[in-house]
Amino acid sequence: MIGGLFIYNHKGEVLISRVYRDDIGSRQAADSAVFSSSGPFPGERLGGSVRRNAVDAFRVNVIHARQQVRSPVTNIARTSFFHVKRSNIWLAAVTKQNVNAAMVFEFLYKMCDVMAAYFGKISEENIKNNFVLIYELLDEILDFGYPQNSETGALKTFITQQGIKSQTKEEQSQITSQVTGQIGWRREGIKYRRNELFLDVLESVNLLMSPQGQVLSAHVSGRVVMKSYLSGMPECKFGMNDKIVIEKQGKGTADETSKSGKQSIAIDDCTFHQCVRLSKFDSERSISFIPPDGEFELMRYRTTKDIILPFRVIPLVREVGRTKLEVKVVIKSNFKPSLLAQKIEVRIPTPLNTSGVQVICMKGKAKYKASENAIVWKIKRMAGMKESQISAEIELLPTNDKKKWARPPISMNFEVPFAPSGLKVRYLKVFEPKLNYSDHDVIKWVRYIGRSGIYETRC
Amino acid sequence: MTDSKYFTTTKKGEIFELKAELNSDKKEKKKEAVKKVIASMTVGKDVSALFPDVVNCMQTDNLELKKLVYLYLMNYAKSQPDMAIMAVNTFVKDCEDPNPLIRALAVRTMGCIRVDKITEYLCEPLRKCLKDEDPYVRKTAAVCVAKLHDINAQLVEDQGFLDTLKDLISDSNPMVVANAVAALSEIAESHPSSNLLDLNPQSINKLLTALNECTEWGQIFILDCLANYTPKDDREAQSICERVTPRLSHANSAVVLSAVKVLMKFMEMLSKDLDYYGTLLKKLAPPLVTLLSAEPELQYVALRNINLIVQKRPEILKHEMKVFFVKYNDPIYVKLEKLDIMIRLASQANIAQVLAELKEYATEVDVDFVRKAVRAIGRCAIKVEQSAERCVSTLLDLIQTKVNYVVQEAIVVIKDIFRKYPNKYESVIATLCENLDSLDEPEARAAMIWIVGEYAERIDNADELLESFLEGFHDESTQVQLQLLTAIVKLFLKKPTETQELVQQVLSLATQDSDNPDLRDRGYIYWRLLSTDPVAAKEVVLAEKPLISEETDLIEPTLLDELICYIGTLASVYHKPPSAFVEGGRGVVHKSLPPRTASSESAESPETAPTGAPPGEQPDVIPAQGDLLGDLLNLDLGPPVSGPPLATSSVQMGAVDLLGGGLDSLIGGTNFVAPPTAAVPANLGAPIGSGLSDLFDLTSGVGTLSGSYVAPKAVWLPAMKAKGLEISGTFTRQVGSISMDLQLTNKALQVMTDFAIQFNRNSFGLAPAAPLQVHAPLSPNQTVEISLPLSTVGSVMKMEPLNNLQVAVKNNIDVFYFSTLYPLHILFVEDGKMDRQMFLATWKDIPNENEAQFQIRDCPLNAEAASSKLQSSNIFTVAKRNVEGQDMLYQSLKLTNGIWVLAELRIQPGNPSCTLSLKCRAPEVSQHVYQAYETILKN
Repeated sequence: MIGGLFIYNHKGEVLISRVYRDDIGSRQAADSAVFSSSGPFPGERLGGSVRRNAVDAFRVNVIHARQQVRSPVTNIARTSFFHVKRSNIWLAAVTKQNVNAAMVFEFLYKMCDVMAAYFGKISEENIKNNFVLIYELLDEILDFGYPQNSETGALKTFITQQGIKSQTKEEQSQITSQVTGQIGWRREGIKYRRNELFLDVLESVNLLMSPQGQVLSAHVSGRVVMKSYLSGMPECKFGMNDKIVIEKQGKGTADETSKSGKQSIAIDDCTFHQCVRLSKFDSERSISFIPPDGEFELMRYRTTKDIILPFRVIPLVREVGRTKLEVKVVIKSNFKPSLLAQKIEVRIPTPLNTSGVQVICMKGKAKYKASENAIVWKIKRMAGMKESQISAEIELLPTNDKKKWARPPISMNFEVPFAPSGLKVRYLKVFEPKLNYSDHDVIKWVRYIGRSGIYETRC
Repeated sequence: MTDSKYFTTTKKGEIFELKAELNSDKKEKKKEAVKKVIASMTVGKDVSALFPDVVNCMQTDNLELKKLVYLYLMNYAKSQPDMAIMAVNTFVKDCEDPNPLIRALAVRTMGCIRVDKITEYLCEPLRKCLKDEDPYVRKTAAVCVAKLHDINAQLVEDQGFLDTLKDLISDSNPMVVANAVAALSEIAESHPSSNLLDLNPQSINKLLTALNECTEWGQIFILDCLANYTPKDDREAQSICERVTPRLSHANSAVVLSAVKVLMKFMEMLSKDLDYYGTLLKKLAPPLVTLLSAEPELQYVALRNINLIVQKRPEILKHEMKVFFVKYNDPIYVKLEKLDIMIRLASQANIAQVLAELKEYATEVDVDFVRKAVRAIGRCAIKVEQSAERCVSTLLDLIQTKVNYVVQEAIVVIKDIFRKYPNKYESVIATLCENLDSLDEPEARAAMIWIVGEYAERIDNADELLESFLEGFHDESTQVQLQLLTAIVKLFLKKPTETQELVQQVLSLATQDSDNPDLRDRGYIYWRLLSTDPVAAKEVVLAEKPLISEETDLIEPTLLDELICYIGTLASVYHKPPSAFVEGGRGVVHKSLPPRTASSESAESPETAPTGAPPGEQPDVIPAQGDLLGDLLNLDLGPPVSGPPLATSSVQMGAVDLLGGGLDSLIGGTNFVAPPTAAVPANLGAPIGSGLSDLFDLTSGVGTLSGSYVAPKAVWLPAMKAKGLEISGTFTRQVGSISMDLQLTNKALQVMTDFAIQFNRNSFGLAPAAPLQVHAPLSPNQTVEISLPLSTVGSVMKMEPLNNLQVAVKNNIDVFYFSTLYPLHILFVEDGKMDRQMFLATWKDIPNENEAQFQIRDCPLNAEAASSKLQSSNIFTVAKRNVEGQDMLYQSLKLTNGIWVLAELRIQPGNPSCTLSLKCRAPEVSQHVYQAYETILKN
């Protein structure tokens, strides 16, 4: 299991170090001088005499390594290091055993989520400001290297940085039964005057298109995010236009099947928050659950069939001699004219030896950004079924570099107010038998947002 | 409130100040001081001097402060064990606290303080906490047992904590169950033989129920534990699979991968004709694809695992090629893995798409990635014949780019394409030759030289090209030097007139000016070949080469099977067995896939025994060293040195003789006596003479005939240790002849030929009586059964243990050594019956200190049955007596080397155990005779 967990800043200085297993060498009193002190880094003083242990090994071999990181798992002297990076903070889990690698990474992500839920952005300052809290959390959610309940909803009931003197006996047993119980993500006795829930269908549409306009690969990865402000222990049931469900229901009347068949979508695969009863989904394909309080991700899904591609990019690149490139890019919006796409950005890569760029565009603003080696064309809004065009002349410095320019793909960003997969929420029913509010009393909001994922056209 | 201020105190005299603050009366000030101490500890300052002062703060009802003090204790207790004792009282008290959070905190922390003295005090509180009313305390206590086991395993066993832990598997709270499973799994890993995690259908059922209810982490622990279980038949496997499949929709990728592991493993047991098998295959693909939309680090883990899954069961993802297309922004480690999987999935159906992609990748920035992409194009050409032409033209396009490393990589793969499709694409050679100057990497230079040498007759200036390389001969790497030597010799054989000078030059460079032994040897061989018999040289050097195989970079099948059992873990990420990167004995239990079992088959058939669990006393494979080597050196000669010549023809003669003697009925009744494994050896009558006389002797009264007990075959040499050759076997004795029944399985990727076997000298002079005859080459995944007749006239050397036999097996790949123990009863000869008088005299004659007594337990046989059972293995009852209600059997047996063993077997009716007394002039055999008795009587 996980033998230790370290958090470093971008310089490789240790901010948090918690060792769970003896086989991991910790750095007790081996050296000092990090944080605000003026001394040199311990890493630089790693002489023969200083014991080289896990904390330092990772710093020297990964954080201070000259080359790009070639793997998120590194094995140094029979010790394995798993790392993830959040802004400029490194989180590293260390082990000497044959651990479940997927679990370690999932745990590291979870650790980031929990920290973010407690104190916001994961930054050096926030970590230093909350180091006692982080130690307390690490003690609770990782015992002897085994991950324990790490749902923030539950953790916040008893890790509060306030001490727990005031708790009554009942409160205590409620806490422990919640932390260990079947519904570890929700506490009892939640009350709202207004029962309300928000559903966001967030999709990111991914595309890889050939210069000739052939779709090489396209898929939508979507998430249904729910914000619930519901009293008690509500039992929820979520329904969408899943092809399998619709076809099952419409079995009796063939007519209905063909009618609703148009609107239903084929879901390749989906995964659910741990509150969803998986065995029920497996047998009946119904999505039922008791939601955590507040915001959570109910499900993720993936579709590949009948995707509405909101934009089409048509590139034209012509090399004029060795010192000039002519680029013309047309974008076409492909959705209902009444809808508006926003935050449109087209990024056209330019060669490294670009010396100057002239751009003309019909709509929006376009700029050559030398530091990013790209022309960035921004359009605030664009209605459906329209098209727009940009043309640019790129001057090149003559080089004797034999290697040809790699021509990275043209990428695009946008946001549209519909779900490119075609997913529709059919219902979300709420039942709370013990309290006196019914499904009708709950105020429900649904919103669809489609964003570009990796939306690329080769040129 | 911010904590960062605690990090800023770096003045001198700090420790002194902290000491004062820690002893302050004000609670707030105390807390502040402890925080400063922890901050110093984090940055690596030594604050152990404050130990007593910090421990003094432990007695508090402020939980936050208490946790900080505990954190300090965990860090420094080891360096100050005596002082740590001071804290014990508080821990014990806290374990009784009314607040369950504090009870749990105390027991959790106590387990982390790895000081021997403290662990003694931990036992009582832990015992209470394991039975605590609060599940939060129980789940913490369960993990604490694993902690304590890590410090003092004996203590945990003595205190009976393991049993309590086992009970927790039936706990009502799912999280307690999950933690108990995790703790037990870890403890079980350090005791591979113990049956700690006693998995049976009932406990599995409990785990599957808890699986639906516990946290995501708990689900992982349980699934990982389930994966170690071997269902008893395909029905059970299917029902477990059905209950595990819902987990494939879990949001946590680790849950998904662990579920995939269970399914992949249990699928082995399902018949492919089953509808469910197809359903399961279909269900596996979508979740695996979904893993690719996780964060990049998890994608990497998933891809490494998919790489294994695709090799094991290519059908699962064969239609999902597109999802492995590389995205521009993927981290490099994801790109490289995706590329690998793309090639594995490439087939005629999708090759056009794949090639278009690979061509794109070959223009990317990252050098490693580009190289791999170019190499991938070559691999596609070799894998999908229809695409070869397109691949070659793509490679030529890439060569035109003149990007140095692309050109070099392309030339290396084109060489392989030439090998695979001879006389098809040689027209491109001219283009290749243009790039000769830009090659600076040894592999590319060697490949180019190979091409020039191989096709010397088509390249007009081949001699000039090769000569140009020769100038810097000594600066080249060995790889290039060897290739150059061979190429020039080839050239000489093809165009002898013009190149005589060149060949002499290279031969002298290789033999006289080089100190590399490989190069020198190769040089001399060519030299002698050329000078003695140029025609033969031509035949040797220009011989037709075997085609190269389609798939490259495949993982050895046995390793692959093992890695499938480790899906999701580090082993599957490294593609190495845990023993390669885990220190010590922990977690290095060898795992293997379960054998296919149908429920209709009964458990009696030998195949159903789990092959993964070899019998405990199986001796290790012996290392290839020591005096053994001397004996084995002449192995290459083929037939064994000693042993009577035994031709197969004489065996047939024997059979005819038997029939002629009018004993047809006997043959029907005798030869096939020993089911189930004994494939009756063809060479029945090894020493024909004695065999016949025995037969006559037998007719005079014995019921069952010469069907000496045969143990089921055990794996003697696992494939892991013998480059893919797996040997299992057993020993039989049939009508006076001993044989070794072997089963050879080829689990490697190449064909095995030229088998030979030899024994080291051993206690009873066992030696092969005929060469090991494997008639046809053994192709991959093929199994052959051979019966090797043995003689006992080999040279003798006493072994430890006495019945140890060291064996060497040779094939075209290597020589492998293993040792095995043979049951002594194969040495009991048929004329081992002593007459009564002689028996009495001998019994008295042998001194009493040579007598050994043994208990044979659980053997509820009566004297009659025991006697006839033993007789069939050549232990003869000389006399029988009844004393005080006990049956006494007096028996004799003789070993092949003439040693007599006398026995007294006391059987008490109604008592399942019997007593065996043995007397022998060579008392060291007694132990083994006893073991033989036990095996015979119990089977």
